[in-house]
Amino acid sequence: MIQGPGAQGLILEEPLLWEKGKPGRTAYSMPERDVPAAELAGDLIGDVPDFPDLSEVDVVRHYTRLSSWNFGIDTGMYPLGSCTMKYNPKINEKMAATPGLASAHPLLEEHLSQGILELQFELQEFLKTITGMDAFSLQPSAGAQGELTAMLMFAAYFRKKGEVRNKILIPDTAHGTNPASAALCGFKAVPIVSGAQGVLEPDRVAELMDDQTVGIMLTNPNTLGLFEEHIREITDIVHSHGGLVYGDGANMNAIMGMVDIKRCGIDAVHLNLHKTFSTPHGGGGPGAGPVGVSIELEPFLPVPRVVKTEDGFRLDTSSPDSIGRVHGFFGNVSILVRAYSYILSMGGKNLKKASQLAVLNGVYVRELLRDTFELAYDRPCMHESVFSDKKQQPFKITTLDMAKRLIDYGFHPPTIYFPLVVPGAIMIEPTETECKEDLDRFAEVFKEIAREAQADAEQLRQAPTRTKVRRLDETLAARKPRLRG
Amino acid sequence: MRYLPHTSEEITEMLAVTGHERLEDLFAHIPEVCRYQGEIDIPGPLSEWDLTQRLKRLGEAMQTHTARAVLVGAGSYRHHVPEIVRSLSGRSEFLTSYTPYQPEMAQGTLQGIFEFQTLTARLLGMEVANASMYDGASALAEALLMALRIGKKKTKVAISSAIHPHYREVVRTYLAPGPFEIIELDIGEDGRTDLSGLASVEDLAAVALQSPNFFGVIEDIAAAAETGHELDSLCVTCFTEPLAYGLLRSPGSAGADIVCGEGQSFGLAPSFGGAGLGMFTCRQQFVRSMPGRVVGQTVDLDSKRGFVLTLSTREQHIRREKATSNICSNQGLCAMTAAIYMATLGATGLRDLARMNFDKTAYLREGLLAGGAKPLFGGPVFNEFALYFEQDFTPIRNRLLDKGIVAGMELGRFYPEYEGAVLFCVTEMVEKAVLDELIEEVSR
Repeated sequence: MIQGPGAQGLILEEPLLWEKGKPGRTAYSMPERDVPAAELAGDLIGDVPDFPDLSEVDVVRHYTRLSSWNFGIDTGMYPLGSCTMKYNPKINEKMAATPGLASAHPLLEEHLSQGILELQFELQEFLKTITGMDAFSLQPSAGAQGELTAMLMFAAYFRKKGEVRNKILIPDTAHGTNPASAALCGFKAVPIVSGAQGVLEPDRVAELMDDQTVGIMLTNPNTLGLFEEHIREITDIVHSHGGLVYGDGANMNAIMGMVDIKRCGIDAVHLNLHKTFSTPHGGGGPGAGPVGVSIELEPFLPVPRVVKTEDGFRLDTSSPDSIGRVHGFFGNVSILVRAYSYILSMGGKNLKKASQLAVLNGVYVRELLRDTFELAYDRPCMHESVFSDKKQQPFKITTLDMAKRLIDYGFHPPTIYFPLVVPGAIMIEPTETECKEDLDRFAEVFKEIAREAQADAEQLRQAPTRTKVRRLDETLAARKPRLRG
Repeated sequence: MRYLPHTSEEITEMLAVTGHERLEDLFAHIPEVCRYQGEIDIPGPLSEWDLTQRLKRLGEAMQTHTARAVLVGAGSYRHHVPEIVRSLSGRSEFLTSYTPYQPEMAQGTLQGIFEFQTLTARLLGMEVANASMYDGASALAEALLMALRIGKKKTKVAISSAIHPHYREVVRTYLAPGPFEIIELDIGEDGRTDLSGLASVEDLAAVALQSPNFFGVIEDIAAAAETGHELDSLCVTCFTEPLAYGLLRSPGSAGADIVCGEGQSFGLAPSFGGAGLGMFTCRQQFVRSMPGRVVGQTVDLDSKRGFVLTLSTREQHIRREKATSNICSNQGLCAMTAAIYMATLGATGLRDLARMNFDKTAYLREGLLAGGAKPLFGGPVFNEFALYFEQDFTPIRNRLLDKGIVAGMELGRFYPEYEGAVLFCVTEMVEKAVLDELIEEVSR
């Protein structure tokens, strides 16, 4: 076995919260009571919630131990394809905690809230500059909500024009959220099979696109890590039928300063600030999924919109065609502060450099591994590449086995079994913040695992063995759901 | 640039491996028509120091940044965040990890979220909770869509006008493309929802209330649940202030079927309304119709306890357009933070803190009433309430603002019929001395 960053270490056990503590302990510093007790009708009062009472040390040890069972980007390389696990700068956490911004109440008068409005307005302008789109809303809380926002806008656009359209074209490589978001707007997903080269073929789009079809949802670069080279022909076909094009910006990290989204013919795009703009994933969120649109769709953007006037920044709700609000207030503003800080720390020049290096890292790792694993499509790729377990199948070793073995070596596995069009997919996205030595070491380890697949397959099937728990019974979890203690 | 580790020698070596001469050549296959024109015109790079100065200036441009007290709630609450909550939730192992797709190396997140689900369900008296939604408003919209799915052919939902106005707007946005009808229920004289409007409604999938409602009034959830169930519909309740359930009877014990709301109060900074936390719970029988991520307990190969994401057959990566929702994430770190906050308070602390909010609120309300104000509604309240004043309140509010006290929020912008009424909120962070100052200013 060659050496990865992972080694055996001491793991401390920790029970569930309610398996520890004693009634009467506390970890909270209660302010002094300075008013008398007031009357409350007895029938309104409930039982005391069934929570454990813990001391401050109990709570601190509990969560510190839990955290030691987690692997984050700060721990090591996390080449999770399509997720853009780049480094999350520490300074951005401090910026989000800036006192006047973190304590800002969302419903005070505009003149009391100029700082945060100015930040949002500037961020909108930055995102317009980066994508080429005409207008942005920062309200959507995540990529999937950004998609839904765009679909709601498409629905409102055709309603306004008095057109009935209820189908939408979605490539077979799309994220599952695309069809789910379209379905929420009553659009029936019409799948398009990608061509033999892993990209969409204009002829197929032309066959399916008609005057009852809303348009197309596409991801570019697509989830195979390939640039949709015919995008402009495709968007022209859709527009010639009066349709609209939605761009899933999940892979924006590959193309900043290199591709103009609007010039590709895209009418609405969402960006994942938690991918391209480095905000932390937080174990699943919060993210942010701003939506950028062309001038034709601007009237349909969610309200309120942050605008600049002679009297300062304002919240504008005077958009009669707007789809309305998608968030209780203004979206995940604390995430917006982080993305704003990242963009300014980088400057336009380094954003472009980041995309170039993200692609360099993606292509480099592909070259290092191309003889070891089956490449799904052998053509120029962008920031990520998709392999499969085809070469390991003779040894009865699957993508899952190899992914789990990577854990023992100290790497987070790539995305596996996605996109669905590649059986046994292994999708590797290193991101630009990984250095050459770490990429080399990752590739060495992954090649060693391929050797182990031949020499000691059982070791892979047993992996991981160095983690807090071994492989978990997911079937049991789904068959007999136990969702609380 | 410190986030980009490549030296120029390394770039040259790597390009030799990939078979390119220059970085730009990696993009040679991108059609000319799609190319970005010129360079990205964004200032910077800013040094850490310059960035900090810029953000400091923006923070100081928030006129309330030095406020002594903000007596406004309405969906965003100022509670003290214990240092251990800030410090533990900021641990980078929680902060910089992804959705736990590889459970063996994400047991920290998974156990933490399992505990969040448990504490949330226990707080609300409900059987199951999910791993969280984006915010309280979208949680309510998803709850109503869920009720419509369960109700199959039913197309109507009834929602109280005393639900946060923004939440109702989000509900309208989410339901707009579907064949649905939203009935708004009036507000009675005591500030509680008037359920009499439901008498002759057919095809009703859900009755939805907020408690405590937008005016702070504690609703009669048991009555709403009974009325809803008589109409063969579900009772959905939401909340903006979860701390209330440290003191009040839980919605689950009062008969609600789906309970959801905003969890920002539990350890999250207001941050101009986000990132917040959508808490979402339902009865066990509806669990397979529930939207959102969910963590379940299972065992590993050695029969040792462990946790995984589960019930994914409801979700879009398997079901695609037939998924229960398009949501494919949760507010992970916010849920973890809320769990740490709940663990920090414990049962005893939660009850004491809720009681303190209630008592301080009653103190201010009684003081203002004694000074001549008139209540907008007579119903019982938790930590918010609405009043009318005999005199024009705006100059009083401006005077207090100059003294660093943000005294309530005018209701007229949300409810023209209550023009002139002011909504107040009092939490543990407001000292009695400030409340006395406010009472004195109003009573002058």
